[in-house]
Amino acid sequence: MSAYEISLMSVIGLNVILAVSLNMISGFCGQISLGHGAFYGAGAYAAALTMIASSSVPLALLCAATVAALLGIVVGFASLRVRSDFLAVTTIGVSFLFTGFVRKQAWLGGEMGISNVPGSGLGAVGNMVMILLFAGLTIALSLYVGGSWMGFAFRAVGQDEDAAATLGINAGAFKLAAFGIGTALAGLAGGLYAFFTQFVTADTFDFILSVMLMAMVVIGGIGSTAGVVVAAVGLTLLPEAIRFVNDYRLLVFGGLLVLFIRLAPGGLAGVTRRLTVRATKS
Amino acid sequence: MYYVDLAVTGLSFGCMYALMAVGLTLVYGLLRILHVAHAAVFALGAYVTVIVANATGNIGLGILAAIAVTPLFGMAIYRLLYEPLLDYRPDVPMIASVGLLVLMQDAFRIAFGEQGVTFRHNIYAFKIFDISGVRVNAVQIAILVCAVSVFIALHLFTTRTRIGIGWRATVSRPKIATSFGIDAIKVRYLNFAIGSALAALAGGLVGLLNNLVDPVIGYVVSYKALAIIVLGGLGSVRGTLIASLVLGMVESYGTIFIGSWLNRDAIAFLALIALLMIRPQGFTGARAA
Repeated sequence: MSAYEISLMSVIGLNVILAVSLNMISGFCGQISLGHGAFYGAGAYAAALTMIASSSVPLALLCAATVAALLGIVVGFASLRVRSDFLAVTTIGVSFLFTGFVRKQAWLGGEMGISNVPGSGLGAVGNMVMILLFAGLTIALSLYVGGSWMGFAFRAVGQDEDAAATLGINAGAFKLAAFGIGTALAGLAGGLYAFFTQFVTADTFDFILSVMLMAMVVIGGIGSTAGVVVAAVGLTLLPEAIRFVNDYRLLVFGGLLVLFIRLAPGGLAGVTRRLTVRATKS
Repeated sequence: MYYVDLAVTGLSFGCMYALMAVGLTLVYGLLRILHVAHAAVFALGAYVTVIVANATGNIGLGILAAIAVTPLFGMAIYRLLYEPLLDYRPDVPMIASVGLLVLMQDAFRIAFGEQGVTFRHNIYAFKIFDISGVRVNAVQIAILVCAVSVFIALHLFTTRTRIGIGWRATVSRPKIATSFGIDAIKVRYLNFAIGSALAALAGGLVGLLNNLVDPVIGYVVSYKALAIIVLGGLGSVRGTLIASLVLGMVESYGTIFIGSWLNRDAIAFLALIALLMIRPQGFTGARAA
């Protein structure tokens, strides 16, 4: 494999972890979050600082997931207070607050970020394998949660909180759980990212990234793990695939996004469902 | 005098935010969509203003052209993008809207260049009045005057004319309004037309203030206006006006006092989150989402 292919595979793996974990919060549990990039960033910074202090890979990943999950639970508490679109915009705020805060902190490297993060010692291929392994575990976890009682409770809360409450489901606790699990995974992805690039800066984790992740969830089909994985891979490869339009990449990208949602508002999962229904009918 | 200067800056930014955000809040009030592509409408307004102004040498004509063109664009967005997506979860039209914004921003970059377009004859951006020690830019005064007169006009329109009253009725009780013979679809078009015209006016004025219209001019609107309408209570015009002024002031003073600790956007959103935790429905959110 060439260095380009290795790094592309790594990025795909990271995006799969991020999109699938966002799907747990926004898809399963219905809590729209447009600040997922902030938790990814928090994980990356936590891992970078831990590596510089201790140079232990498992400890760095653990710290990354823990720090992100703690922040996630704090934002989860906000989701108990504000609902739906109010929450969506609050999480946009989280995204800007994170980048704005990090840029001004000398101990986080400020605008320059943290360079020279110690490597994992696994090499580029080893890193890629580690990332893909975690991506696989994330998908497995998502499928497991989706089929479990917890997944049922998440969906109940996502569709109608008050109705869920009448079934004896503690909506608040499940929202916090969804935020906790989802953001811990995003933090883990951040830790893996820190090893992958060995360089962490605030710009990577901006609002645009969070919107892209939400786009992956919507295009995949909200709540469908398989659809989201396909969309994450597709949307990561798309900018590479349309490299030939070079100067018009964003134009084509935006156009395809609009066109896809306009023609298939249910996402990939919706399209497959429609096709299977048609196939079984005929 | 320094603090008065800050207040004037905050006030003019607040008025600018209000012009941008009212269109968004109107769309949300009627359709429950976070209309991110409003930023593209705003940018289109700015571009039409600068291009017509440079071609004719008359800035007023540029702004008029922008106000005439953008409502068509706004209505087209509704008809082609949002109407087919109304039955889906609100994040679906929102992501479509983001896609449109990305597309438009890149289209502007390709058509008019990365560097943007400057006004050829813009004396106002550099004309500074000294009112007993307080320094005010001519464009800032124009923003204040425009905002105040537009909102008075809007208030009169929605309270004194049949169309305006029908509009308000549709926003608060769509079904009952329809049963009284109001065409809800026409109201939606009216809604997009007026909201877009206001965004175009704001776009033209911001372009004049910076003396530059570049592809990312709408970027600020795309997220900060969302914060403002949420703070105002989503769908409430009065709340949006209050929130715009509050945010303008908070930013203006905040950058002085805690600017070394957080940047301008982060200060705005810190205020947003803090205020939302105290009042989860925004300033005037009677209708809980």
